[in-house]
Amino acid sequence: MSALLTVEDLRIAFPNRDGDPVEAVRGVSFSLGRERLGIVGESGSGKSQTGRAILGLTPPQAIVTARTLAFDGIDLLKAAPAERRALRGARIGMVLQDPKYSLNPVMTVGDQIVEALQAHENVGDREARERALAMLAAVQIDRPARVFGLYPHEVSGGMGQRVMIAMMLIADPDLLIADEPTSALDVTVQLQVLSILDRLVGERGMGLIFISHDLRLVSSFCDRVLVIYAGRVVEEIAAADLGAAQHPYTRGLLACLPRLGEHRHPLPVLSRDPEWAR
Amino acid sequence: MSAALQVNDLAVVYDGYRAVDGVSFAVAPGESFGIVGESGSGKSTILRAVCGLAPVTEGRIAVGAEAGGPRPGSRAFRRKVQMVFQDPYGSLHPRQTVDRILAEPLAIHRVPDAETRITRALDEVGLGTGFRFRFPHQLSGGQRQRIAIARALILEPDILLLDEPTSALDASVQAEVLNLLEELRVRRHLTFVMVSHDLAVVTHMCGRLMVMRNGRSVEILPSQSLIRGDIRSDYTRDLMTASLGFRRRADAPAPG
Repeated sequence: MSALLTVEDLRIAFPNRDGDPVEAVRGVSFSLGRERLGIVGESGSGKSQTGRAILGLTPPQAIVTARTLAFDGIDLLKAAPAERRALRGARIGMVLQDPKYSLNPVMTVGDQIVEALQAHENVGDREARERALAMLAAVQIDRPARVFGLYPHEVSGGMGQRVMIAMMLIADPDLLIADEPTSALDVTVQLQVLSILDRLVGERGMGLIFISHDLRLVSSFCDRVLVIYAGRVVEEIAAADLGAAQHPYTRGLLACLPRLGEHRHPLPVLSRDPEWAR
Repeated sequence: MSAALQVNDLAVVYDGYRAVDGVSFAVAPGESFGIVGESGSGKSTILRAVCGLAPVTEGRIAVGAEAGGPRPGSRAFRRKVQMVFQDPYGSLHPRQTVDRILAEPLAIHRVPDAETRITRALDEVGLGTGFRFRFPHQLSGGQRQRIAIARALILEPDILLLDEPTSALDASVQAEVLNLLEELRVRRHLTFVMVSHDLAVVTHMCGRLMVMRNGRSVEILPSQSLIRGDIRSDYTRDLMTASLGFRRRADAPAPG
């Protein structure tokens, strides 16, 4: 399988108050085929910045370096802004955490999907509308024609996130980056959204990067998991082998979650070893 | 045994919308009682009604022995019932030091001896006096939630209302805060009412729990029954399945 995305020694540094660079991501490497990759870490571990760097959404003051950052043979770091813009949305899509903040509040849901499609493909209004409706149906929205005309505040969180997924998938990207796509949703809705995402990613043969803080959720959804700590990958493991994780951080993360039907009082806490951050 | 907290036929109505509709439960002294449900099920509104932040339209809330306990909303009531909120980033005053945050409830309730109480409260939540003159933005999420717990405990209440106390925290920090809460409950003989959307957290912390949906109580059952799968309502079963995580295809619940 040829790699869709190759990341080697990715580093992202932000200037601090004195102007000295502080590295948030410190040498992350991985490659991705048409598979589901999970990136797991706690707040501040650099997991979201890794995803954003691939899309080119890193804040302008940050310094991004890498030995390789290549998407389908295109060197992303050398690519002109226009070339990266052409990739964004059309070939690499991104679903963010909270649909409340990532949808435009003054535009109907349908118009936003149509806009996303017409930004990437030369499609007439009528056809765009039809494809948007079909896409809404594909994310299992019951009455697409009604939802098409609704504003974001009129839809629930789960429906909003399905709309986001529809908007990202309508241009048929090769790679989808989902940054905590279900963290703002209720557990039951979470599963519906995940199964929709799972089906569409499978059907369309996309690559998926699933960024989350929830190790158990990620391992039940992805093929492979990268565990990231203080800007570094501490462990890369097949999701099925998570029980046999080697790194003490991965094991600690798994152990400190309360589980249904298990009596552990007090819960084991993670003792952080400064060595992990080296 | 008389209940530490008794809620009878509680209803909270906003402009004709019944956010909480006819909910009753009783919590024994020293018990830890959980309330689970999805967003909008009214679980947080119950806590807010108990501590006087939401209007009680119908029903009765009583604290302490028989009817002789303090009236809900009164100062004496608030001294007995304190609350810890979900978001430690939003529930601490950003321009006040930890010292002032902790001194405020003492001043309101005219409790003497603020100095020693503040020191002791900080020790109890495992922070130490080194944190006393810091501002909230100088603390991590877990440390802030410890301050919020210290603020609630400084009045030595009998009942602690916990509204998703760890859902804004990382998993490793969540374990630390849950352990702290359990330890404090045992040491201080506190009664907990804990709201969460996470079944695993609630069954870990609470002996009994109530499942809510659309403002109504679906069922009240011991955590052990839930774990054994001894469940009467289909809704509880759905929640239970959902909390076990994602499963591919066939056995995923049908989208609604």
